[in-house]
Amino acid sequence: MRQSDIFELIKLKFPQVIQDELTKAIVVPGDQILGIAGFLNSAEFSFNNLHCLTAIDRKENIELVYIFYSFKIRLQITLKVCLPVDSLEIESLTNFYRSTDWFEREVYDLFGVKFLNHPNLCRILNPSDWKGFPLRKDYSYPDFIKKAQY
Amino acid sequence: MAVIEKIPGSQLIHKLPGGGIVLAASGSVFKWAKSSSLWPLTFGLACCSIEMIAAGASRFDIDRFGSGVFRASPRQCDVMIVAGTISVKMGECVKRLYAQMPEPKYVIALGNCAISGGIFYHDTYSVVKGTEALGIPVDVYIPGCPPRPENLLFGLMKLQEKVKKERYAAK
Repeated sequence: MRQSDIFELIKLKFPQVIQDELTKAIVVPGDQILGIAGFLNSAEFSFNNLHCLTAIDRKENIELVYIFYSFKIRLQITLKVCLPVDSLEIESLTNFYRSTDWFEREVYDLFGVKFLNHPNLCRILNPSDWKGFPLRKDYSYPDFIKKAQY
Repeated sequence: MAVIEKIPGSQLIHKLPGGGIVLAASGSVFKWAKSSSLWPLTFGLACCSIEMIAAGASRFDIDRFGSGVFRASPRQCDVMIVAGTISVKMGECVKRLYAQMPEPKYVIALGNCAISGGIFYHDTYSVVKGTEALGIPVDVYIPGCPPRPENLLFGLMKLQEKVKKERYAAK
């Protein structure tokens, strides 16, 4: 079984899912992430390991990247969610995957994505009174010492 | 007499012939003893601490200088080796550890990051620009990225010289 087979199986149940041409990642709508994660976590595939959750700033939207692994069928799949910058909210997956707790805190800290129903959504790397989200492309900081241009 | 000549501080101590009495200036003996037992804090921040650990292990052996007793509590330490990049969040912790150390206390800034921010000097938001930027006075700077364990030992010998040249035995 390969990622494209999993994609076909997800598409039967969630018809709005599409596959990214370049990366072959499965792009899902933000409001269906809970249902899809529950489907992947079920006994059929048992994708019960969430390797990694990170984000990419594409300027007009922020792309969340979920990487799941199944020890049962020995397969890794990539899920992507595109969130527009003006409404950065998505359901937390902490009910299915305990490992997402700190991942989601990290994404919140560095990109400002709000995870709904997260048990403890606060900053994890930066001090708690930090302003702004440092890994955004438009982030700037008044104390930056600019590098000399040659 | 032969044994006493082998001790590094033996020129400070004079034994009266025939008697069980030694004569020395108490300050210089005290400073010699203090400089020969500078206990560092078990405190590593980044990759420079790996070099500090190597200096503590048998190949380089910081114990030869009396500094092998890495204490796990700042209240039992004489010297803090700031080994690595100080991030803004860790800066508060460094300041608190320095404040918890009893006087007399010394600080060694190990590596470029602890001196000035190093390669993180430009265009970063989360790195403190060196130990002095936190308001902690530094006694010995050891440049390098990272410095070799020999450099740390050299810096420690410089600190020992500094301790021996202090005006007062007790700070």
